[in-house]
Amino acid sequence: MSTLLEVSGVSKTFDGFKAINNLSFQIGEPEMRAVIGPNGAGKTTFMDIVTGKTKPDEGTVLFGEKSRSLLKLSESQIAQAGIGRKFQRPTVFEDQSVADNLMMALKKDRSPWAVLRFRPAREDHEAVAKLAEEIGLTDQLPRKSGELSHGQKQWLEIGMLLAQDPRLLLVDEPAAGMTPAEREHTTDILVEAAKTRAVVVVEHDMEFVRRLNCKVTVLHEGSVLAEGSLDHVTANEKVIEVYLGR
Amino acid sequence: MTDTVSSDPKYHGGLEAGLQSRSFIARHPSVLIFMACLALFTISVTILAEGFGIGVISTSFVKTLGKTLCLCMVALAMDLVWGYCGILSLGHMAFFGIGGYAIGMWLMYARTEIIVVQSLAAAPLPPTAGEISQGIATQIFGVVGASEFPPIWAFAHSLPLQLAAIVIVPGLLALVFGWLAFRSRVTGVYLSILTQAMTLALALYLFQNDSGLRGNNGLSGLQNLPGLGDVPQSTVSIWFLWASALGLGLAYLLCAWIVSGKFGSVIRAIRDDEARVRFLGYSVEAYKLTIFTLTAVIAAVAGALYYPQAGIINPAEIAPIASIYLAVWVAIGGRGRLYGAVIGAAFVSLVSTWFTGGQAPDINLGFYTISWVDWWTVLLGFSFVAVTLFAPKGIGGLLDMIPSPNRHGADLGPDAGSLRESEANK
Amino acid sequence: MQRFLAFLICLGLAFPASAQNADAPIQQVMQTHADLLAKASRKTIQVAIDALIDSGLPAAQAVLERWQNKEMWLDEETGLFVFAEEIDRDTIRIFDVGDGTDLGEVPDDRFKQLKPNSGVRGLIAAGLVKFQLIDPDATVRFTALEAISRDPDETHLPALRDVMEGETDPALSDQMTRLERLLTIEFGADDNEKIDAISYFAGDLGVDARAALNPLVATRIEVGEAVPVGPEVIRVVTPGDEALPKTEAYDLLVRADLAPPLIPANEVREALIRNIDGDTVAGVQVASLDTDSARNAAFATLVEQGLAEPAATTEEIDTALGAYQFYEVFIGAPPGVAIAAQAVLSDIETSVALNQTADLALDAISLASIYFLAAIGLAITFGVMGVINMAHGEFIMMGAYTGYVVQLFVPDHTLSILLAIPLAFMVTFAAGVAMERLVIRWLYHRPLETLLATFGVSIALQQLAKNIFGTQARPLTAPGWLDGSMVINDIVSISYIRIAIFILALIFLAIFLIVMNRTRLGLEVRAVTQNPRMAASMGINPDRINMLTFGFGSGIAGIAGVAIGLYAKVTSEMGSDYIVQSFMTVVVGGVGNIWGTLLGAAMVGTMQKGIEWLNPSNTLAAQTYMILFIILFIQFRPRGIIALKGRAAEA
Repeated sequence: MSTLLEVSGVSKTFDGFKAINNLSFQIGEPEMRAVIGPNGAGKTTFMDIVTGKTKPDEGTVLFGEKSRSLLKLSESQIAQAGIGRKFQRPTVFEDQSVADNLMMALKKDRSPWAVLRFRPAREDHEAVAKLAEEIGLTDQLPRKSGELSHGQKQWLEIGMLLAQDPRLLLVDEPAAGMTPAEREHTTDILVEAAKTRAVVVVEHDMEFVRRLNCKVTVLHEGSVLAEGSLDHVTANEKVIEVYLGR
Repeated sequence: MTDTVSSDPKYHGGLEAGLQSRSFIARHPSVLIFMACLALFTISVTILAEGFGIGVISTSFVKTLGKTLCLCMVALAMDLVWGYCGILSLGHMAFFGIGGYAIGMWLMYARTEIIVVQSLAAAPLPPTAGEISQGIATQIFGVVGASEFPPIWAFAHSLPLQLAAIVIVPGLLALVFGWLAFRSRVTGVYLSILTQAMTLALALYLFQNDSGLRGNNGLSGLQNLPGLGDVPQSTVSIWFLWASALGLGLAYLLCAWIVSGKFGSVIRAIRDDEARVRFLGYSVEAYKLTIFTLTAVIAAVAGALYYPQAGIINPAEIAPIASIYLAVWVAIGGRGRLYGAVIGAAFVSLVSTWFTGGQAPDINLGFYTISWVDWWTVLLGFSFVAVTLFAPKGIGGLLDMIPSPNRHGADLGPDAGSLRESEANK
Repeated sequence: MQRFLAFLICLGLAFPASAQNADAPIQQVMQTHADLLAKASRKTIQVAIDALIDSGLPAAQAVLERWQNKEMWLDEETGLFVFAEEIDRDTIRIFDVGDGTDLGEVPDDRFKQLKPNSGVRGLIAAGLVKFQLIDPDATVRFTALEAISRDPDETHLPALRDVMEGETDPALSDQMTRLERLLTIEFGADDNEKIDAISYFAGDLGVDARAALNPLVATRIEVGEAVPVGPEVIRVVTPGDEALPKTEAYDLLVRADLAPPLIPANEVREALIRNIDGDTVAGVQVASLDTDSARNAAFATLVEQGLAEPAATTEEIDTALGAYQFYEVFIGAPPGVAIAAQAVLSDIETSVALNQTADLALDAISLASIYFLAAIGLAITFGVMGVINMAHGEFIMMGAYTGYVVQLFVPDHTLSILLAIPLAFMVTFAAGVAMERLVIRWLYHRPLETLLATFGVSIALQQLAKNIFGTQARPLTAPGWLDGSMVINDIVSISYIRIAIFILALIFLAIFLIVMNRTRLGLEVRAVTQNPRMAASMGINPDRINMLTFGFGSGIAGIAGVAIGLYAKVTSEMGSDYIVQSFMTVVVGGVGNIWGTLLGAAMVGTMQKGIEWLNPSNTLAAQTYMILFIILFIQFRPRGIIALKGRAAEA
């Protein structure tokens, strides 16, 4: 297992508030990692920094075998480099069909000229169909994605992530607002994905984290508080203090 | 062309159904219907007009119709950039005007050249090239007190170069402006205001006498085609009607082709959630720039067809208000569907001609007579507000009321509204 | 005395009816110098004029004036002086010189008209001026000084010098000294005196000073075999320089008869036309002469055949130019004076430049206050509510028309403006609230459509105004006490209206700050701006706040309209003249911050004035460049000068 993403010494201040404070984080490929932490621990900012939405004040973010720095790249370049992100609120393109959403996410040349001339071939349709099956939306393919249920939208978004075929998947609260059955399905999809790539899941729900059965990183006040198996970190004094506010 | 599952509104089945191969036209019947309507319209006007037909329609009205076709064409461009890509550009009429100026320069140069050569023919010595050019310059720029050709007229003598300028000048301007604006991630109303500022700057620049384009006199006499002085305007007007119809048809096909593919998917996605598209790995700026530049070029071509029919172009035509009216047409017609833009531009501009031309009957209220020449703009303003508030889908939205057994789920492609359902239902 | 008696007797005999008052003091003074007056000559008359002036008699001035106008006659029998008007060829109406009493019409036989020649009249005029300059009334003295400076004359100089010492009013004394110095520059006796006077004006900003100095430093380029030695030669000029193009240099040679004149430029053409023979010229087909080279070749043939004068070649011109020297000399004044004037002028230019900068800064500030006034309402609606109001310009127009209507009913300008301001606020506040309720409220989540809907309102309102008030501009007259300008010196001045607008802008800034920071309304507005849902859950009604905010912003636009209407004309299109600049102000300043708007207005105003100054002929170009600059500015600060920071801005 080689290191895929290496974040070291990263800090970010918003108006004097240290959202991220000298944070260091590593993940290999393939690996599943859960990131937990109380509100304001810097989980979302951490994702923003990795995906290029926010530029850190200091520190380095290196990606891949060639240790390419992500700080100079734009969001779209980072995505093309192989980092996919799922937002907290499901953001799919509601006006377009499920198939369209997936087709757009499919790993292809993304330059305007190539896209302009692109007309899907048989294998593209098959790829979409396969993905739809994976996320259980085969019957919904021609439907407008705005008409999907909340859980279905979450899956569609995960499907779009998988369609991008990223090497690193950042998933923000995938189980929020899902029924227990839907959660189970989501867990399966994520665990399956983590067999071939790195997956970082940010989650509040300890039950869900436990089911992922992976290494856990606890963030607090912008830096790593503890790291290890879920049992290991929940036994940690400081973690208990932060979570229970003793 | 291989087929797509996704862009087909009629598709509602499994994968296999999507894989059957059908032509672009067959998948988008509205394109065919539109083309048929356009052809029918052109043929009927030709038959009814004076040039080749029975002469029921006056030449000036043929010109009005031809100009309307050009306005429909620029409305298509506006719909593509605003309705589909979400950039409310208040600068497309500026590109339209630049196209007009580009062709106008050649028309004016070539026509003046003929006049000058004729007048110099009587001189004892045959004129040199320098003398002819001097004569043309004096004729054209005497009105602004100059007698030299400004550098921007360097290519005015050559039709091919000026035709190239119709595409290149607005294209480059759009490219540079768009690159600056999109690069700094200016979006929404900010971007609209920035485009408005660009338009204003251009109009103000052209208003100056030393802009090299005759200041507020503009270019005139454009309806006279050089070398075709013998051809009556009734015939020329029909030629331009055909050219405008052809231009509109081609532009419609191009736009339909663009929006029906994955590119259309991406630009609609940009309109709805720009940040999300970035995280999918698409360079939003590049797409916006492509659409902005492409539509600028379409607008310029429309302008180059429009102004020879109008006969005169001046900087007032470029003022920001013109671009705002363009947005009004598209909104009234129904943005996010190509035929909506065409309907809006045709409807509003023709109705506007009718009202402001004094043909509309005045309403006598006893104590006050409503003269439509004065009150039409008021009516237009308030009806525009009403459309925005109560009918965001515009006139095109009426077609959605026709029950369609196939309508289910996503409405996509060039004919079905890409207005966000959530917005439209608010 | 004997003679006097005799003349009394004669008087009694000749005119029993008319009593010419021979005892009048002025008559007596005149009698003392009767011979001088009767046979006035430039050389001798000064004594008599001085005597008249020194007499201090009130009538002396009238005597001098009428004498100058050839209205004084001498009664050759009595030797007395009278004023007279010619009735016809033989009759005159005479008046007493002492008090102007009408003495009736008499035949002119024994009267002789005194006709002072121009030299004498000049001396009289100088005497008269002196009269006015020592007049006890300061305004008369002031008027006299003004008259002199308008039309100065050599004779004024001694007169001024005589009275200068005695002037008691300090302001007038300064003015007199200044005028004396100016006159000395022009009429001074010798160069030293002039140079002395010139140095007085170092750093002086007066236009008159520059007008007096500029002719002194006039130069001309002259030509000669060698450059003469002397202080009047400023420099040697080489033909082909910027100051002296070769053609001009050659013209100089021609004018000085040092070179033969050039053959006119179109001589080639003319010569060819002259020599057309059938369809050939010099053996060449006429039809082929449609290029310059073909024509030149044909012309060369003509020259060879002796049918045309050869044109001077470039080499010949250069040789001619090389044979002589060109140099620039002072022609306006002797070199010493010119050099002194040059030094003082360059000194003046420095202070003029400094003062122009100050004036420009004042202009920029006043323009900035106008933009601030126009933009502040927009900044409120845009910044607080995120709503672009394209009809903002029309609210400005509405306010201005309200002012116009008020003035139709209230003729007193001060009162009408005081009434118009609150009325304009009320009218536009109501219009703003109506628009918010009817239109904007439904479009809060569709900003682009708000822009379009408000634009619809804008065109409708503009046309409505046109239908109601017509297309021509309506006046909105400022109260009298706002007329005129505050003049700091000849260069720096600012009109009172602009000062008033500046003060108004400051008042608005203060009101805005107080409302936003010190009142419940401001607190609620800030709460709604930051988090509408949280605010709503705390009992604040966001609907009400939005409505009031929009009304407030619109109301301010109305007041801005009154202010703008005072110095610009009120037309239905006045709103659109300001809307883009207002947007620019808000965008440049940064949204959601009043200080940003202030800075934005200052920047847009300064920039526009600055560009206008660089390219003074062209306000259109200035606006063009300004907009381009703003587009570029957005590149570097997309969120304006004062940007919201932190997560709120990043989201």
